[in-house]
Amino acid sequence: MAFAPSNTPSAPPRPTEDIHLPDTARDLVKILVAGPFGVGKTTLIDSVSEIRPLHTEEPLSEASAEVDDLAGVRDKTTTTVAVDFGRISLPGGVVLYLFGTPGQERFRALWDDIAYGALGALVLVDSRRIDASFDVLGLVEETGLPYAVAFNAFPDAPRHHTEEQLRAALDLEACTPMVTCDAREADSSVDALLALVQHLIDRHAPEGR
Amino acid sequence: MTGRRGGRPLVPAYLSTGGVARPSRPHLERLSVLMGTRTPAPAGLPAAQLALLDALDEGSLTVVEAAALLRLPVSAVRVLAAELIDRELVQSRPPIPPAGRFDPDLLKRVADGLRALKHT
Ligand SMILES: Nc1nc2c(ncn2[C@@H]2O[C@H](COP(=O)(O)OP(=O)(O)OP(=O)(O)O)[C@@H](O)[C@H]2O)c(=O)[nH]1
Ligand SMILES: [Mg+2]
Repeated sequence: MAFAPSNTPSAPPRPTEDIHLPDTARDLVKILVAGPFGVGKTTLIDSVSEIRPLHTEEPLSEASAEVDDLAGVRDKTTTTVAVDFGRISLPGGVVLYLFGTPGQERFRALWDDIAYGALGALVLVDSRRIDASFDVLGLVEETGLPYAVAFNAFPDAPRHHTEEQLRAALDLEACTPMVTCDAREADSSVDALLALVQHLIDRHAPEGR
Repeated sequence: MTGRRGGRPLVPAYLSTGGVARPSRPHLERLSVLMGTRTPAPAGLPAAQLALLDALDEGSLTVVEAAALLRLPVSAVRVLAAELIDRELVQSRPPIPPAGRFDPDLLKRVADGLRALKHT
């Protein structure tokens, strides 16, 4: 199948703030961009999204979110967490959504709701504080989401780690893709997403099983 | 049934209009697509439902996009959308049309699409 060349440049222009779905939208899929606070989730989503990233404010205790009366939800002073998301329309009617997902265990109910139906997760790791990503990795694995790890390249990140050391520190399986990326760069972010999607394809490929 | 929190009437509107059985509600995912049915809104529609209906006037939105636009939690938009679906003012469809659900090509299309983003 041949695709018409996309007219979308790497840094998509966002000429209009109209976020209504294009008429061509058919298959809506999502990938979680997960990681601890400040790791670059919003930055990555912003670098590739065709719409200015949006966010929803989600109540943290799902119990209170179940209240089926709107006034009740609004009056209550529940703790909320902002969940941001972006969107990329791809040729062939596919629309890819990226959800910035905080990975703390206390966000579990929210996590499960966001992860429902997701293709997989891109787990961002800040190599200056690897242990901050342990919670996220635990959640991803519990949820059973296939994932790839992207080290976000901060300028003062230590460079002396070998890939084997990082893999061991994160306790990753040999088949889990590991890439470095600069979340501020669209191409770099796309490469990280591609590493994940290729991993998803390989998992389903009959060979190598 | 008693003990409901908040001031919602015990008999919901869709039951008060002739006791029609509640249509089976589709499960609304974050990426379920909401579309207006172009039916004129009845007078007296609650403001929150009207706001959602208005947002769908200019085109389709996913549940999560509607939530962001209306500055409401996704859970609240699920409730509003379900009520509008019951009133047949809104239709929904799942993120992937049932026919495409098991398309083995989907991941490949995502990968090809991402690659195309880079090559321009
Ligand atoms: N040098 C460098 N800085 C980055 C990169 N990604 C993010 N940053 C910076 O790191 C800071 C945090 O990035 P965010 O994208 O806000 O992180 P986040 O994961 O969304 O954080 P929370 O929403 O608070 O959980 C910002 O100042 C970014 O500009 C990167 O790849 N390289
Ligand atoms: Mg953020």
